[in-house]
Amino acid sequence: MKAGSGSFFWNVDIAVSLTFFTILLLGLACIGFFMGRRRATVLADTQSAALHSRPVYHGWYVALACGLPAVVIWITALVVGDQLIESTMIASLPQDIRDASGPVLNRFLADAETLAGGGQPTIEITPELEAAARRFGNLRTLEHWIGFAGALGLGLIGFGLAYRRLSVALRARQPVERALMVVLLLAAALSILTTVGIVFSVLFESIRFFSQVPIFEFLFGLQWSPQIALRSDQVGSSGAFGAVPLFVGTLMVTFIAMLVAAPIGLMSAVYLAEYAHPRFRAGAKPMLEILAGVPTVVYGFFAALVVAPALRDAGASIGLSVASESAVAAGSVMGIMIIPFVSSLADDALAAVPNSLRDASLGLGATQQETITRVVLPAALPGIVAGLLLAVSRAIGETMIVVMAAGLAANLTANPLEAVTTVTVQIVTLLVGDQEFDSAKTLAAFALGLVLFIITLGLNVVALRVVQKYREKVD
Amino acid sequence: MVAVTEITASERDASHADAVTIPVDRLPELGGPVKMQTRDLKLWYSDKQALAGINLDVPERQVTAFIGPSGCGKTTFLKCLNRMNDTIEGVRIEGDVTLDGTDVYDRSVDPVQLRARVGMVFQKPNPFPKSIYDNVAYGPRIHGLATNRGDLDAIVESSLQRAGLWNEVKDRLGEMATGMSGGQQQRLCIARTIAVSPEVILMDEPCSALDPISTARVEELIDELRDNYTIVIVTHNLQQAARVSQLTAFFHLGRLIEVNDTAEVFQNPGESMTRDYITGRFG
Repeated sequence: MKAGSGSFFWNVDIAVSLTFFTILLLGLACIGFFMGRRRATVLADTQSAALHSRPVYHGWYVALACGLPAVVIWITALVVGDQLIESTMIASLPQDIRDASGPVLNRFLADAETLAGGGQPTIEITPELEAAARRFGNLRTLEHWIGFAGALGLGLIGFGLAYRRLSVALRARQPVERALMVVLLLAAALSILTTVGIVFSVLFESIRFFSQVPIFEFLFGLQWSPQIALRSDQVGSSGAFGAVPLFVGTLMVTFIAMLVAAPIGLMSAVYLAEYAHPRFRAGAKPMLEILAGVPTVVYGFFAALVVAPALRDAGASIGLSVASESAVAAGSVMGIMIIPFVSSLADDALAAVPNSLRDASLGLGATQQETITRVVLPAALPGIVAGLLLAVSRAIGETMIVVMAAGLAANLTANPLEAVTTVTVQIVTLLVGDQEFDSAKTLAAFALGLVLFIITLGLNVVALRVVQKYREKVD
Repeated sequence: MVAVTEITASERDASHADAVTIPVDRLPELGGPVKMQTRDLKLWYSDKQALAGINLDVPERQVTAFIGPSGCGKTTFLKCLNRMNDTIEGVRIEGDVTLDGTDVYDRSVDPVQLRARVGMVFQKPNPFPKSIYDNVAYGPRIHGLATNRGDLDAIVESSLQRAGLWNEVKDRLGEMATGMSGGQQQRLCIARTIAVSPEVILMDEPCSALDPISTARVEELIDELRDNYTIVIVTHNLQQAARVSQLTAFFHLGRLIEVNDTAEVFQNPGESMTRDYITGRFG
């Protein structure tokens, strides 16, 4: 295929052209910066007048006038160009392909693009496909050259105009600072938009899922076996999407994790904040936080290969049957993983309690223990609660440990010694491997993701509200 | 003794060298009994000496004021009287502090019990983030001073009354103490201290964070409390020392320079350094 597609290699490689273009434009902007700055200095010297803006701003003024419009026109050209290419391609296709159903047409176009890029198409290479690929390559090249020339031309024009406008009285600082603010705003908007985008994609896929499986069945059904039958006589392939066993499993593992993490984390925080020598605290706190830096996959095989067998053996010795993948193994290891979250946040909350309150209590003849339980802990309680809630949301979303140590079978059980499965584990198993993205099985992962997202978002919101209320109280 | 007019750091160090802390035989005659007494009290923060052998008698049921420039050791000395320095890292104390003749630094003395007898009011009002009632009831609950709710109510009411706060808060005892004004908070802190029935009340610049009207109220209160309690007050406000105290002690660089009847110290100071300080020539 390589040899056959050789004729398509006069295509502009998009990555190469983009890199080249970026370097060229950056170079131009750099030259603009230095020339603008020098001209401002020269102007100030020759006219012996004070500049309105400092020379640096004149430099930035030219650089931005050169670079920003060029980038904008480049992006616009690519976006508009892709639309134009697609409509031109469809218009030029043979009648029979144009009349084919949506998926067939889309696949044909995608394969033409792949072939034009030198890749291996999924359908047989026909003369029609080769012609389409060649046409696609030509159009793509044209698009890039137009965008490139337009951007460069606009950059040069911006450069020239801005450079000619430089004068002692030019208020260069205002537009530069406004442009800087817009760039910062875009950076902030990008992260927010990404989040919104993720939420909406999960939401829409979930809605598609709920059009196939009733939402009531998903939320309250007791049977979870997402395998769709390939043959009608297959065993255990009913395709049931009742998520209650997953919710119960998640809650149980989270509960066990908090049972481990909350007391140990809180007690270590009280020790560190109230009793430990400052030098010990300075050493011990980072050590505890290293626990949070251990990759969760390491905790995962620790749980699966060390804790679970140990628990099984311990259970056997006192006559309990513990499954080799059990909720208690996954939960306890997850609890250890969460300890630093709890202790670090609780320690911060305790440290934020002003010393004047401790002095007041001690000055009234209270012991240190009375001071901690009656004054310091109540004052820090909202912060501690917020920390616990954040730890819970961390535990609910944790994946690796439960994948390895909790099990895959969706047992609806209240016995922590049995294998359970969680929402995150099921999302992983639903999406691992090659999957069709329109089957109920795959879409179920999005529905589970949505549930997970809503729960953790809710917990975080509550935690933030608690912290806010606490701030009002202390002030 | 150097007559200090414009004191610089090096001059101050020079005067430090020959300024003498008051020896026991030059302490003034007190009219009444002595409540607390220190003899040759020295204190170091790590290796920096902050108190250089202080001798002082604190008279019972009177107000003793400590004055002196910042960093002169008056708050440090005050905190020695109820062992609040114990909680600070690296503090070393030598010498004697007695309460009714018993050494408070003796091994057999529990600082927790001592602080119930020698209460403390701090510079910045520091009510607990609890209700007004719970703030006052905190000490009595810890020390088991009330056996039932009625007793506790009575203690809270009488403490607030003695702190002159009862009429302002009697209808909102359940509200958060942190929502009160600064002056009310400080009087609440005094009420909280009184509720434990201490014998001595130590006050560390109790009015420095208050406005003039609140300050006047607290000063009136101190004057009334003198009937029942021995009060030691640290203050930067010389007029306040003159108004509320019967005995005044002037500290400088960890030394007790002069101690005498307040009227005597302010009208006829025995040391030139005291005179320079109270006339505002340094400090």
